Amino acid sequence: MSGALLEVENLAKYYEVKRGLLFGRHVGSVRAVDGVSFSLGRGETLALVGESGCGKSTTARLVLRLIEPTAGTVRFEGTDITQMRGEPLRKLRRRMQIVFQDPFASLNPRMTVGDILEEPLLVHGIGDKASRRARVNQLLGLVGLASYHVQRYPHEFSGGQRQRIGIARALAVEPALVVCDEPVSALDVSIQAQVVNLLKDLQARLGLSYLFIAHDLAVVKHMADRVAVMYLGRIVELAAKDALFANPRHPYTRTLLAAIPRPDPHRDTARQIPGGDVPSPMNPPPGCHFHTRCPFADERCRVEVPALRVLEGGHQAACHHAEKLPAAPAAEGAAAMSPVAARRLELYAARRGRAAAEAG
Amino acid sequence: MTSLLEIEGLRTVFRTHGGEVAAVDGVSLAVARGKTLGIVGESGCGKSMLSLSVMRLVPQPGTVAAGRVLLEGKDLLTLSDAEMRQVRGRRIAMIFQEPMTSLNPVFTIGSQIVEAMRAHDKGATHADLRKRAIAALDRVRIPAAERRLDEYPHQMSGGMRQRVMIAMALACSPDVLIADEPTTALDVTVQAQILDLLRDLQGQTGMAIILITHDLGVVAEMADEVAVMYAGRVVEKAATSAIFDDPQHPYTLGLLGSIPRVEETRERLLAIEGAVPPPFQLPTGCRFHPRCVFATGACQVDVPSLRVVAAGHEAACINAPVEAMVAA
Ligand SMILES: Nc1ncnc2c1ncn2[C@@H]1O[C@H](COP(=O)(O)OP(=O)(O)OP(=O)(O)O)[C@@H](O)[C@H]1O
Ligand code: SF4
Ligand SMILES: [Mg+2]
Repeated sequence: MSGALLEVENLAKYYEVKRGLLFGRHVGSVRAVDGVSFSLGRGETLALVGESGCGKSTTARLVLRLIEPTAGTVRFEGTDITQMRGEPLRKLRRRMQIVFQDPFASLNPRMTVGDILEEPLLVHGIGDKASRRARVNQLLGLVGLASYHVQRYPHEFSGGQRQRIGIARALAVEPALVVCDEPVSALDVSIQAQVVNLLKDLQARLGLSYLFIAHDLAVVKHMADRVAVMYLGRIVELAAKDALFANPRHPYTRTLLAAIPRPDPHRDTARQIPGGDVPSPMNPPPGCHFHTRCPFADERCRVEVPALRVLEGGHQAACHHAEKLPAAPAAEGAAAMSPVAARRLELYAARRGRAAAEAG
Repeated sequence: MTSLLEIEGLRTVFRTHGGEVAAVDGVSLAVARGKTLGIVGESGCGKSMLSLSVMRLVPQPGTVAAGRVLLEGKDLLTLSDAEMRQVRGRRIAMIFQEPMTSLNPVFTIGSQIVEAMRAHDKGATHADLRKRAIAALDRVRIPAAERRLDEYPHQMSGGMRQRVMIAMALACSPDVLIADEPTTALDVTVQAQILDLLRDLQGQTGMAIILITHDLGVVAEMADEVAVMYAGRVVEKAATSAIFDDPQHPYTLGLLGSIPRVEETRERLLAIEGAVPPPFQLPTGCRFHPRCVFATGACQVDVPSLRVVAAGHEAACINAPVEAMVAA
């Protein structure tokens, strides 16, 4: 392997918080991202998950050099890009692109789809008019839209189609890294599935690396190779996907998993979800940030910050008691579906496969 | 079991320049005391219009053009506006996805709860109402309720605001609670807390819940019965276990195939191609046919109505169950 595509080390972003508009009094700081380290290989998907405000989007924007870090380094293709400016930074932007949650807000309503897709090519001085037009057509095909869509405006599209446009725009300049910030969170489940499938297909075809940000662990299960779980600005667990789901080593990860409502009416709904909200990031609890909600917390957890440590098999967790946690509730097998339902879904899949083959 | 609330042949239309479009088109549903009816479907399928129709809160230029909404046998659509105001809040209450839009940002939580209570109990003293407001917040498990009364909505988290909305909705002990995507905007751990809370409160009060959601996981956990809606119509309804164990309508199958599940990894999710058609561009025949992998020529022409496919289980598809048509 030629080394990781992206390496992030001790990345941090603090925001000073002031009250009062003019001569704001400094009242504290928010540690939006607080010493985060991870790497991303070529063709790999790393998911960043966690609840609202845990610092996922801030991490994404730091990686993309859209905001300046308070501390830490970002290496991309072996080069430290943390201080990069001017022309080199502009060139770098071709290599890393972003897809946002709300496709509508991120598309200019007064531009046609053709113009939206051509714009990044113009910005980076790629090709001439004819080759750009050809590229736009190719991009539309890549994301499952038709060439006649070129003349249309964003409002003429459904949410799922708009997200396809957002993806096509990100791919226009042939990036190596695509940061997906909650790309399917605003979509209906049937459309979400279309977009998840599309992202996976594109990755297989183009060898893309994804930093995939989501709050939904079920979506992550289908997208990611590895998963980093964040809580209040820090990574609390990082592991290969299968290891993380089969054997979560951090109590917060277990909490997140337990909280997902399962599409299985026979499952016992009585579960232990710790009460309380995520504490304010302006005033996080001392010791382990999670101790106020953690069922395993003891005295040590209230005073000593647990470091992110490497456990067996490269699994990382930031919990004093990671090794001593009781066995995780079994991954529950795939028992969820009745044979009748499974059979009908197979028929559905077979029909769909045939329809897709005929269309393609 | 007799139903507390019964919706019969409800049709809600919007009159536009292009003519009349039906957002809800002939929907019949019922829910019994102490039970939860889940209504699922993608955005734009008419779920929210259905609940606003029950509340008689359909925004202009929409109107309920046909049908009945029977609360213990009495048709709400025939009540005077004044009578309907008494029903709202007291007999049927509603909570929405984004509590921030239903709470007034310039008043404290306490004053808003007190106002809501005063509307239905003109005689009570302020001190009395305040005491009841504290009790209401206690009931939805808001810690330090007395202090919270003096906070403004923006000082609370999304989960706390939704608890406040639930407290206000339940202040007058309604018989029916309509919850329209009550946890969609919340984090998953907070969602789990709110769902737990709703279940407990239902256990205590015996209220019926109509739970509108796009999330089949939430439905599986909460509902006794499920109605699947597509393009303004109910396409399948059954006991919750039957919807998951014996799904009949291809749309229901598509929804079930689309959900990513933590318990399994499939290479591809099934997905449903295309999107929900807008009410002014409805396909002929079965409204789902352009997206349906099982559609036949007849589906483009014949409008399927709900038919009984098993005891207590109805589906509106001429090809259901699909294995029968595939074998044929
Ligand atoms: N410009 C800013 N000024 C002050 N605080 C900020 C700023 N941007 C983000 N924050 C704070 O930093 C923390 C992390 O925010 P971030 O947007 O990264 O979270 P997130 O994990 O992406 O959440 P969500 O799931 O809601 O998108 C939050 O507490 C947020 O309020
Ligand atoms: S360190 Fe302690 S409080 Fe933190 S997650 Fe582990 S057991 Fe819980
Ligand atoms: Mg974010």
